[in-house]
Amino acid sequence: MTTDLILFLILAAVAIATAVGMLLSRNAVYSALFLVLNFTTVAVFYLLLGAPFIAITQVTVYAGAIMVLFLFVIMLLGSEKLPERTVLPWQKPTAVFLAFVLMVEGAYLIFTQTASGIITNNPVESTGSPQAIGELLFSEYLLPFEVTSILLLVAMVGAIVLTGDRKKGGQS
Amino acid sequence: MDSALFWEMVIKALILILVLLTGFAYLTYYERRGLARIQSRVGPNRAGPAGLLQPVADAVKLIFKEEFIPGKAYKLVFILAPIITVVPAILITATVPWGGVVNIGGREVMLSIADVNVGVLYIMSVASIAVYGVVLGGWASNNKYAMMGGLRSTAQMVSYELALGLSFVGVILLANSMRMSEIVEAQRNLWFVVIQPVGAIVFFFATLAELNRGPFDMPEAEQELSAGYNVEYSGMKFALFFMAEYTKMVSISAIIATLFFGGFRGPWVDAVPGLGPLYMFIKIFLILFLMIWVRASWPRIRYDRLMDFGWKIMLPLSLALVFISAIGILFAELYGDMWMWLVPILSIVAGAIAVHTINLSLRRKANAR
Repeated sequence: MTTDLILFLILAAVAIATAVGMLLSRNAVYSALFLVLNFTTVAVFYLLLGAPFIAITQVTVYAGAIMVLFLFVIMLLGSEKLPERTVLPWQKPTAVFLAFVLMVEGAYLIFTQTASGIITNNPVESTGSPQAIGELLFSEYLLPFEVTSILLLVAMVGAIVLTGDRKKGGQS
Repeated sequence: MDSALFWEMVIKALILILVLLTGFAYLTYYERRGLARIQSRVGPNRAGPAGLLQPVADAVKLIFKEEFIPGKAYKLVFILAPIITVVPAILITATVPWGGVVNIGGREVMLSIADVNVGVLYIMSVASIAVYGVVLGGWASNNKYAMMGGLRSTAQMVSYELALGLSFVGVILLANSMRMSEIVEAQRNLWFVVIQPVGAIVFFFATLAELNRGPFDMPEAEQELSAGYNVEYSGMKFALFFMAEYTKMVSISAIIATLFFGGFRGPWVDAVPGLGPLYMFIKIFLILFLMIWVRASWPRIRYDRLMDFGWKIMLPLSLALVFISAIGILFAELYGDMWMWLVPILSIVAGAIAVHTINLSLRRKANAR
């Protein structure tokens, strides 16, 4: 248990450091890389909780697929460097206010709901295996699962239609 | 975890890394000799008997080459990129079983590093991390050609990852498990290449594209595309990219052997478990020859056709194969095991349709000119 705690503390430090690094770095590519590190650290958290399937999926989907596309967009637009001056003057006060609201919400939840089991110590061994997740996806959460897949399909078709070659086909 | 287990893991990991790195060195020799043979040349034959010391000579040469970092490069990422490319190439084999349980000095030793229950997914995720080395190497060089090359290779890798992942699904369905050792166990009587032949072919080509190799070797196209992400790299850093490619070739051959060719299984392997690694070695050797053969025989595919092939042929075909595998398994459960043969028959039909589509598209292009 103590090794788990030490591991958790180190990983938590890394996760927070990478998140802060992502926010503070002036180069968008570095920000994206910090975010990749953060995702990977979160994946290790899932491993610590005994959910290898979710951990590996986290790495594959977020770190492996989505962030690569982010990097693509950043590099293709050539917008790595942030301008020195802020473009949106109202952004900073709004961000401070919203962060404060989020913190209050988090504090409220932690101080009121700790007893009812939001922070649990027992690993999710029974629900972490691929079989368990598959069964849940195809029984209890079948409808949300299908709705999500239809949403993704719609997004995909939309992207294809938007970028489609209009000269050749003429009907898109 | 007791200390003996810890040391067992460390020793196994070290042995695997050493084997992979030696495999990388001698794979370059194997490839050069093989290519030479196919092109009726002799190949490297000066360093040592039959040129066997050639990899050592190459290594010495590359270590002593000047390392050049462009002045405007993003230095940290520039140095990091080759490392990010090499490390996944070595890590990816961690879940591959090299043999059954062997008795070494009274201790039962399992001949695999990590036999986890998400072994196949682990391979997918490590393969998807490997993309970063390429894209960052291109970007950090701060050179338009390198960046375009990096984006080109990355787009290719990301596109073919889909076909790769879907051909994994067929195997997972057939084996009813994502654990690599259970996939090997499920092939005790029949290799999956017999049940899902087209799946094996799709997997093979997807891995070739994933490796940036064979007919998909855009970074090698110095003449027309000015190489690619590695254009600014020199010396040992360039060698690291090279090493990643060849180490990945060995790793992926091991994965193909495990998924489709029965892994470490072979005659008498149950009686003599020590034979497992030997069978693995033979299978890897043959699959590597296939890769070299493909590289020697086929011209490089044009980039737009490469993307068309990935998205319009490989992806629908691998989706169809997943569907066919699922139908075959369902029928086999309902009406008896003979219905399993539906899978290879339908797969070959689907493959034939795909080949016909390629022919059609090529013909239309020829007429358009």
